[in-house]
Amino acid sequence: MKTLLMTMLCAGAVWAQGLTYERILNPDREPGNWLTYSGNYAGHRHSPLTEIHEGNVNKLKVAWVYQTNSLQKFETTPIVVDGIIYISEPPSNAAAIDARTGRALWRYRRQLPDDLRVCCGQVNRGVAVLGNLVYLGTLDGHLLALDARTGAIRWDTVVADYKLGYSITVAPLAVRDKIVIGVAGGEYGARGFLDAYHAQTGKQAWRFWTVPGPGEPGNETWKGDSWKVGAADTWVTGAFDPETNLIYWGTGNPGPDWNGDVRLGDNLYSDSLIAVDADRGKLKWYFQFTPHDVHDWDATEVPVLVDELVRGEKRKLLLFPNRNAFYYVLDRVTGKFLLGKEYAKQTWTKGLDDNGRPIRIEGTTPTLQGVKVWPSVAGANNWYSPAYSPVTGLFYVAVRDSGSVYYTGEAVYKPGERFDGGGYRAIPGEEEQGFIRAYKPASGEVAWEYKLHSAPWSGVLSTAGNLVFGATNEGQIFALNAKTGAPLWRFQATSLLVRSNPITYAVDGKQYLAMALGNSLYAFALE
Amino acid sequence: MVMWILFQAPPTTELPRVDKNPYTSAEDLALGQKLYNGRCAGCHGLTGDGGKGANLAVRDLPRAGTDVALYRIVRYGIPETEMPATLMASREVWQISAFVRSLGSSSNEAVKGNVARGEQVVGAKGGCLQCHAIAMKGGRLGPALTDIGGKRSPGHLRSKILEPALEITETFRVATVTTKAGKKISGVRLNEDPFSIQIRDFSDEIHSFFKEQLASVQVERRTTMPSYKGRLSEAEIEDVVAYLLTLRGTVQ
Repeated sequence: MKTLLMTMLCAGAVWAQGLTYERILNPDREPGNWLTYSGNYAGHRHSPLTEIHEGNVNKLKVAWVYQTNSLQKFETTPIVVDGIIYISEPPSNAAAIDARTGRALWRYRRQLPDDLRVCCGQVNRGVAVLGNLVYLGTLDGHLLALDARTGAIRWDTVVADYKLGYSITVAPLAVRDKIVIGVAGGEYGARGFLDAYHAQTGKQAWRFWTVPGPGEPGNETWKGDSWKVGAADTWVTGAFDPETNLIYWGTGNPGPDWNGDVRLGDNLYSDSLIAVDADRGKLKWYFQFTPHDVHDWDATEVPVLVDELVRGEKRKLLLFPNRNAFYYVLDRVTGKFLLGKEYAKQTWTKGLDDNGRPIRIEGTTPTLQGVKVWPSVAGANNWYSPAYSPVTGLFYVAVRDSGSVYYTGEAVYKPGERFDGGGYRAIPGEEEQGFIRAYKPASGEVAWEYKLHSAPWSGVLSTAGNLVFGATNEGQIFALNAKTGAPLWRFQATSLLVRSNPITYAVDGKQYLAMALGNSLYAFALE
Repeated sequence: MVMWILFQAPPTTELPRVDKNPYTSAEDLALGQKLYNGRCAGCHGLTGDGGKGANLAVRDLPRAGTDVALYRIVRYGIPETEMPATLMASREVWQISAFVRSLGSSSNEAVKGNVARGEQVVGAKGGCLQCHAIAMKGGRLGPALTDIGGKRSPGHLRSKILEPALEITETFRVATVTTKAGKKISGVRLNEDPFSIQIRDFSDEIHSFFKEQLASVQVERRTTMPSYKGRLSEAEIEDVVAYLLTLRGTVQ
């Protein structure tokens, strides 16, 4: 009885605090949980769990299925805290699910206005949890804090005006006592920013504009007033390094997408990696991958932080396989360019110079008649997540290999109207290629590749069970040997689109694999 | 009661609350055209005369008799066809719809060919029915033509007959698989993924294989349709086009 009482008191104490920053900082101490978007702040999407391993993964079975009521793309990364899964559901909903049974514990459904501005589907990529609150960004530009036990709204802050073309699809990132969140709106001239809000109150802590205003360095890289509608939005969750105290976040395309004439200049900080101080949101450094982009190659991929030897010296690195078909390695303390290597077919540059700046090829700018360029508008990589395994030392990326025909068009800005200055189409007759590739992180050298049937739209997860999990456009989830790429298991889950990232967790000592496939969240386990 | 309401499912496809397109001003049309150029023209052509997608430059769109029906198609796509959901905001869907309707007012190109002669060429000299079906007659190697006249423009049909290699529909690629026992099976590829392939062979049998059962999989990158340039006279091709345009199938 005494023990039981103690257990209850301890459980109560844990609950009172909920999920602390200290816990998110040390996910390896509780491998059964999945506490933040990428599993850890470094963006690794790797789990130390080993119950499911290369020797038994072929015995994985469906444990349960949770269906949403939406046919929109279901892009969520689940967060798992002590036996409860927190997800977002399209368009701007959230749910808490019992991790053992798949039963919903609560659901939050947001009433959205009819005149949303979303370029690419009414989607959401996940929630963040901190303390006893669940944080959800919405398509109408709000950041909500929901009670983790009931789903009730605790605070509701307007981040941006959706009528100006802003929306929120990104999973927030909880850092210390703040919630960091970005915005989408790159096809609407919505001037980008990265925001932090006080987790308890919803009051804004800081804002960093990704397009500098007049008088700020970088504003001169925009012709005339074009900076006002320069986009460079922040719609994919970044990484954080407590040692440098920097938040690393990718920025999107400059607006308008395919007509660069109205915004001559490099267009800082579009298509860049920005490193901002976590306490004040001040820019420490930036690296622009695609200056004056005219192909919509957002640098909104997940930055991955690793410490590796470069020319005999251990360095703090940032890995960034970019949509523009180059694999970048940066020094994450200084932002110095260390490596840029072509990793999918590209026809827009002769390569990069010593500072990582692309040497463009003439005649690759979009035209009224259309111009064929590789990579495609969706790029060699996109928002879905890569994974880094400290066990194999390999970096796993779902790579897309294809091109597009790019068109330019009229670009006149009107608030809240589509402002993309052109369009694109598939190259007739071209079959897109897709791969899961394992790279040596510092050199970008390919250790192995597994060929897919088509260019992928889902991320990967690696585990200490020597496994890499991923999913195909044709509706399968699969497992590969992390050292060799050999296929070990697959399951046909859906005839709908698969657009998400896998995770793994454990409850009652049993390991589960979880992923949004089609309009359902699946959990798999050994029998 | 409260719980019941909370757990009520929202509608999966939200349809507008109005019957008529509320966004039809000149400004809406201009915006609709911009949206169309980016999102639709790739398949339907800049003037709506079709291509991979249906011919939209017609007075009556067979699947979109009402504004709401057109809205539903633009926003949610047409299941089991190549028309994807765009999931755009409702205002934009209306603006695209307004522009698509305007395409129909520019009437189709006049066709000079003779319908009866075209039907003869299709059935005899052209050999079209060996691979294509019209209603109950014909083969299944290529797409059925029963309602092709409602879907494709004269220009698109002409270019398909003369230069079929320009574009090939993914669902009509010919695949040949060889089993580990050495048996070869060829047919139309119905599906393929990293792990399996399904084929309908030339006698219409359907086969399904896991790739580990197979020694090889070969998929034709080129269309099996021959070019009729030189095989049919220019007049005969015009006749075939005229005949095909009369095929409106059962979708009215």
